[in-house]
Amino acid sequence: MPNIAEMNAFQLLELAAWVISAILGLWMLIDLIRTNSAYSEDVLMSSREGEIEDELVIDPTQRR
Amino acid sequence: MTSKSTAIHGEKVSLLRILGPGHVWALGVGIVLVGEFMGWNFAVGKGGMLAALVACWFAGLLYTCVAMIDSEVTSTVAAAGGQYAQAKHIVGPLMAFNVGLFLVMAYTMLEAANAFTLGYLVQTVGGMAGYEGVWDKPFVVLTIMFLAWLNYRGVFATLTFNLVITAIAFFAIVVLFLAILSVNSGQVDHAAMIGTNTLPYGWLGVIASMHFGLWYYLGIEGTTQAAEEVRSPARALPLGTMTGIITLLIAATMTWYICAGLMPWEYLGQAVTPLFDAARLTGSNALMWLLFVGTLFSTLASANGCINDASRAWFSMGRDRYLPVWFGAVHPKYRTPFRAIVFLIPVALVFALQVPLDQIITFSILSGLLGYTFMSFNMIMFRNKWPLDSIKRGYVHPLHPLPAIVLLLLCIVTYFAVFLGYGTQLVAMMVFYIAASLWFAFHRYKYVKRGDQFTMNWPRPQGY
Repeated sequence: MPNIAEMNAFQLLELAAWVISAILGLWMLIDLIRTNSAYSEDVLMSSREGEIEDELVIDPTQRR
Repeated sequence: MTSKSTAIHGEKVSLLRILGPGHVWALGVGIVLVGEFMGWNFAVGKGGMLAALVACWFAGLLYTCVAMIDSEVTSTVAAAGGQYAQAKHIVGPLMAFNVGLFLVMAYTMLEAANAFTLGYLVQTVGGMAGYEGVWDKPFVVLTIMFLAWLNYRGVFATLTFNLVITAIAFFAIVVLFLAILSVNSGQVDHAAMIGTNTLPYGWLGVIASMHFGLWYYLGIEGTTQAAEEVRSPARALPLGTMTGIITLLIAATMTWYICAGLMPWEYLGQAVTPLFDAARLTGSNALMWLLFVGTLFSTLASANGCINDASRAWFSMGRDRYLPVWFGAVHPKYRTPFRAIVFLIPVALVFALQVPLDQIITFSILSGLLGYTFMSFNMIMFRNKWPLDSIKRGYVHPLHPLPAIVLLLLCIVTYFAVFLGYGTQLVAMMVFYIAASLWFAFHRYKYVKRGDQFTMNWPRPQGY
């Protein structure tokens, strides 16, 4: 693989695509792990099929 | 952020009810419109120009039936999971499990096909710009990762993004069509479209072309997956779905006219990006760039909608314990099925990077086709068990049971068409679903809380 100084524009784009993909993947993985550890399974699993009572739906982090 | 908070009264998370009919349209048309930019033209290879047009119309009829049936049932079963939730309430758990799998497989493979096409497109443009050895794989991976991240962060931004890029892609087709009708009308070869040699394989070729004819519209049924996230399901779902199929019927006919008029069937039948190729043939740089952007946006919109739909189906099955319950979680901040979204990323990557495009498309079509066959039975059972006066519907489709019967007949024709070209894949897919059904019936179903899964406040069905 050539070093960065020798790369043409498209090779740089390819490298950027790999780097951005890795960052996005890591971001999701870290957020998933943090969310799993910050909330109980009871909260994360509390959604019910077809539920339409909006007043019951509260994001715990956004509560005042 | 509180640590390890527990669910108490009033502290719940659910999917966010924030979408309108425009988002439903963007979800349905966004998933499908890529079918005009690539894939439908393999129908030309199967049976010639005229066969592809007949397939366009008959597949259009099939999907109009799908849209009508879906609009009525889903305006009543307003739950994430779409046809999976419908099957659970109307037919039973084993059917629901299978329908859920059809949905996840169809959408995940379609997502992979879209990422593959986008990578090919970037590679082509790189080659045209004079760069040698352009590698498509980084762009395939980036497409899947970026769209999964967008879906992870929230449904409103995801489908608003889809609305914008789908509208631009549709606009690109309209502009090219108008250019072909006016400035470039001299390039259109009408004799090649409907002349004497337009059915090279006869009427058997017409039937065979139904296989890829489905690609014009495959995925419009995905609008139902938004049922738990629209503000007014009874209004928004039928409106978004019906306007979606109308948009697609127009786009499909324009696409056939443009491509059949400009390219010989021998080339068109195996082209990867036919509309982009048509724009290049006009000699206009502006049209070429517009159709490049349109193709790019349509693949993005489709993959985006597929991630949305596959994750909702997977999430719903987890929530009902048809799959490990771990998948039934909602993100407390973004209000999305985050675990289902992340889990399906590697599945899509494997399909996109390892499986040939025509195989992915065929598996996606077959899974979709199995779902449409279910819809025909489902509609008849729905009307029999819950007649019109027993449940309030947001939309009632006309001429029942004609659409269900027509849908079933067209599905049978299409199975035969798939069998003609991809019999091995058809059998392999059936074996896979039978094995999965045995696993569900003899192992998984014991974990399902049987009473909890039926959530609709419906009267007892007639005859029970």
